[in-house]
Amino acid sequence: MRITVTVDGTKYSDEVEPRTLLVHHLRERLGKVGTVVGCDTSNCGACTVHLDGHSVKSCSVLAVQADGCEITTIEGLAREGKLHPVQQAFHDNHALQCGFCTPGMIMQSIDLLADNPDPDEKAVREGLEGNLCRCTGYQNIVRAVRDAAHHMRPGAGPEAERMSSQESASHVGIGGE
Amino acid sequence: MTATIEPEVGKSRRRKEDERLITGRTRWTDNLTLPGMLHLAVLRSPHAHAKIVSVDTSAAKDQAGVVAVYTATDLDPASEVGMPCAWPITPDMKSPRRPMLAATQVNFAGEGVAVVAARTAAEAHDALEYIDVEYEELPVVLGLETALAEDATLVHEELGTNTSAVWVFDSGEAGTGASFAETAGDAEVTLTRRFRQQRLVPAFMEPRACVVDPTGTQLTMWSSTQIPHILKTMAALTLGLPEHKVRVIAPDVGGGFGGKIAVLPEETMALVVAQKLGKPVKWNETRSESLLTAHHGRDQIQDITITAKRDGTVLGLKADLKADMGAYLGLVGPGVPILGAFMFNAIYKFPAYHFACTNVFTNTTLTDAYRGAGRPEATFAIERIMDELAAELGMDPLELREKNWIKHEEFPFTTVCGLTYDSGNYEAATEKAKQLFDYDGLRREQAERRASGDPIQLGIGISTFTEMCGLAPSRVLGSLDYGAGGWEHAAIRVLPTGKVEVVTGASAHGQGHETAWSQIVADQLGVPFEDIEILHGDTQSSHKGMDTYGSRSLVVGGIAVVKAAEKVIAKAKTVAAHLMECAEDDLEFTGGSFGVKGTDKATSIQDIAFAVFSSHNLPDGFEPTLDSEATFDPENFSFPHGTHLCAAEVDTETGRITLRSYVCVDDVGVAVNPLIVEGQVHGGLAQGIAQALFEEAVFDESGTLTTGTFADYLLPSAADLPSFTTDRTETPSTTNPLGAKGVGEAGTIASTPAVVNAVVDALRHFGVTDIEMPMTPMRVWHAIQHGTKAAGDIGSEAGGGLGSIDASGGAQ
Ligand code: FES
Ligand code: FES
Repeated sequence: MRITVTVDGTKYSDEVEPRTLLVHHLRERLGKVGTVVGCDTSNCGACTVHLDGHSVKSCSVLAVQADGCEITTIEGLAREGKLHPVQQAFHDNHALQCGFCTPGMIMQSIDLLADNPDPDEKAVREGLEGNLCRCTGYQNIVRAVRDAAHHMRPGAGPEAERMSSQESASHVGIGGE
Repeated sequence: MTATIEPEVGKSRRRKEDERLITGRTRWTDNLTLPGMLHLAVLRSPHAHAKIVSVDTSAAKDQAGVVAVYTATDLDPASEVGMPCAWPITPDMKSPRRPMLAATQVNFAGEGVAVVAARTAAEAHDALEYIDVEYEELPVVLGLETALAEDATLVHEELGTNTSAVWVFDSGEAGTGASFAETAGDAEVTLTRRFRQQRLVPAFMEPRACVVDPTGTQLTMWSSTQIPHILKTMAALTLGLPEHKVRVIAPDVGGGFGGKIAVLPEETMALVVAQKLGKPVKWNETRSESLLTAHHGRDQIQDITITAKRDGTVLGLKADLKADMGAYLGLVGPGVPILGAFMFNAIYKFPAYHFACTNVFTNTTLTDAYRGAGRPEATFAIERIMDELAAELGMDPLELREKNWIKHEEFPFTTVCGLTYDSGNYEAATEKAKQLFDYDGLRREQAERRASGDPIQLGIGISTFTEMCGLAPSRVLGSLDYGAGGWEHAAIRVLPTGKVEVVTGASAHGQGHETAWSQIVADQLGVPFEDIEILHGDTQSSHKGMDTYGSRSLVVGGIAVVKAAEKVIAKAKTVAAHLMECAEDDLEFTGGSFGVKGTDKATSIQDIAFAVFSSHNLPDGFEPTLDSEATFDPENFSFPHGTHLCAAEVDTETGRITLRSYVCVDDVGVAVNPLIVEGQVHGGLAQGIAQALFEEAVFDESGTLTTGTFADYLLPSAADLPSFTTDRTETPSTTNPLGAKGVGEAGTIASTPAVVNAVVDALRHFGVTDIEMPMTPMRVWHAIQHGTKAAGDIGSEAGGGLGSIDASGGAQ
């Protein structure tokens, strides 16, 4: 089956097997290896990306379901050398150790902040329930998300992300969605 | 030019490593794709114990994309050599040969039987279904006591026993103390308890993976391993490869926790298959495969007896362990309980100690190192029984500890186990923790809740711990029959432009070595933090090393870096004296510059680096390099310690446990980077708390792992854990020049008993004296109902007395 997806601002058209999972399409076909696989039961959240602006576990989406969609991965967040506020907050608050869960955590955190721009500790912990981290004990992740919230005006993060992905999309000469 | 002067060591530097990790530019092994690369998938036994009657691979070979299918006989003669075990703890230790692929018999569910190489991973996995294996099932041996029974079925018939080894230490015989039997006569109180260390899964988040490229002049293997150097040597020995033809690279590694201290059959298989096919191959495990076949941790039964006077003076401790090795011995598996043997006395100075451990084979996944390796088990036992003793004597558990601990002025102190603790201050850590925790206030609240019969009861758990870090010393490891040394290597290369490359043998998997090592070198050489690059994890650039485990990186590897820096400075000094035409003794090295005493003449180490590079004007015979190499083998372990306090609320109607607060004050000596130290403590706490509350690997009676996915094996999420209050005291280690002690395992070691002590404390007035881990609401509720130990096997052994419970994780 032929599908077309826009990933981090670049449009890709490829033949895929119907059974191919989005995460495998991203990693193996498109070389987007920033998104990783941590489990085979959709429990760990390591593979979290944004599909049309919302976080999904890309191991629980078929590549064909993403046909025509816009996908943002961890590799598409930083723009012109400037980190996304959530990336910056993870760095500032030592919210990662081995970093394997980190792409998924950051993508999930951005979505969480889009829904709730000023979450309290409990809201962050519950919002990240689907993402497992074995290294950090989560405390610094929680701190990072709340720190990022303070650095982002309500809704500004995802908004900024969407704008910049459109910008770079037009750079390479493809229209938005 | 002079460089920064403000000390780097002690600064909470944000990590250098982060940039690539937060932007998705990480080099995980599974990210690697080489031209012409094939993918491997392993067919795994569904049975825990069975004879292999026949294997037919012909149909699989015809499947789309399949290039080759191999069984044990195809990999011959390589498969004749077993997977290595580096720790023969006794001369007569029984160690069955562990093949790469099972040839005639499988001994645990998940053991490899055949391997497929195909164009894609999906095709390789698809083809597994077409391999036809005929098995003849054998009776399954599960549970330590079942395996040790007179008439037990044998895991390995040819060994004639399920016992691998019995290892004994007696302080009377060793001359480090009295004999337990001798002091037992003076005891006014003798308390015996059985504790169970359930089986855990290290559960690093990055699944294991390896890629082998046979097309260069060397066989290059990328692996998600903690031990690239050991792996290179072991792979060479195991397969009979010339060691200089093997290069191992551990690129970014996504966690280990001891779970990646292994030489994997899949790794050696990949080496052999890649050579046979002349093409690069990749093996990348699924999570279910990982939970089933990556080594597990813990799994011990501990029978502990403590003797004391009525005033709380402890006289002696006797520890009788049974440790489940699984079906084969792992790389260091047999030594794991032995590492704990020396920590059962913990921070206490009682005079008599007896330890015995029986290592046992069962038809399960093997066990080996897991965060803390032996020391969490030991700390759990002593800290639990100290609480039981306090209850028996009607003493405050903190007071009992204080009565028996080594006082600050008594350091250095040689323990009944024969270790010499160089420094410690249990008083200071405990006092600080008590204040942060509001110990007295919480005790008052506890009394009120008890008096009012509040359905939510409050318990306070204490764990005052120490551990031995920094494995090395090589001589001590030798005396314990470990197969290798424990030194660590470092090299420093001062580049012509004054920038610095540091090569370390201690490769990291998330601990922030690149940052901490940069801080150390910045201080030593007086060059900016940013001008330093840390190279590790590639046996080509880092040609010597003993890798990362046992909280040894900083206190062995970090000190090797210090030693290498000292050599650089000595060389640079010779050049500085030559250039400034003075005697070396007239020079002072501060802030990266050599200054002539009493003058303002100075030259920086960077300038000297360029002078050495150009070599126009050097002392006669001076070898034109500032580079250096050093190896460090410490004289002694280091002994971090701390006081952990946990307040747990237990809903007596539902058995639900809520951790209300957790305070710990750790003393890790000098903290090179307090931010990293705090992060390590947090992660450790999460893993230790998870042992107390959530995690357990469970096999059913057929030997099938019923916790084989992340849906069943309960790794805690953010919502399951509280925030921690962490703080530090700083009593420098006296046995290394940084004064550092190591921190990687501290949180895990201390937190498990703190949590269990808190829950038992909350319920003691119901007659509860123990609850098996993980303390599920069901077990807690059951304990409240029956006023005694809640067994793993609720229902059949409900309310059973101590000692009547097998530790087989419900497998009976
Ligand atoms: S890989 Fe997608 S949730 Fe684990
Ligand atoms: S940082 Fe290692 S799993 Fe989260």
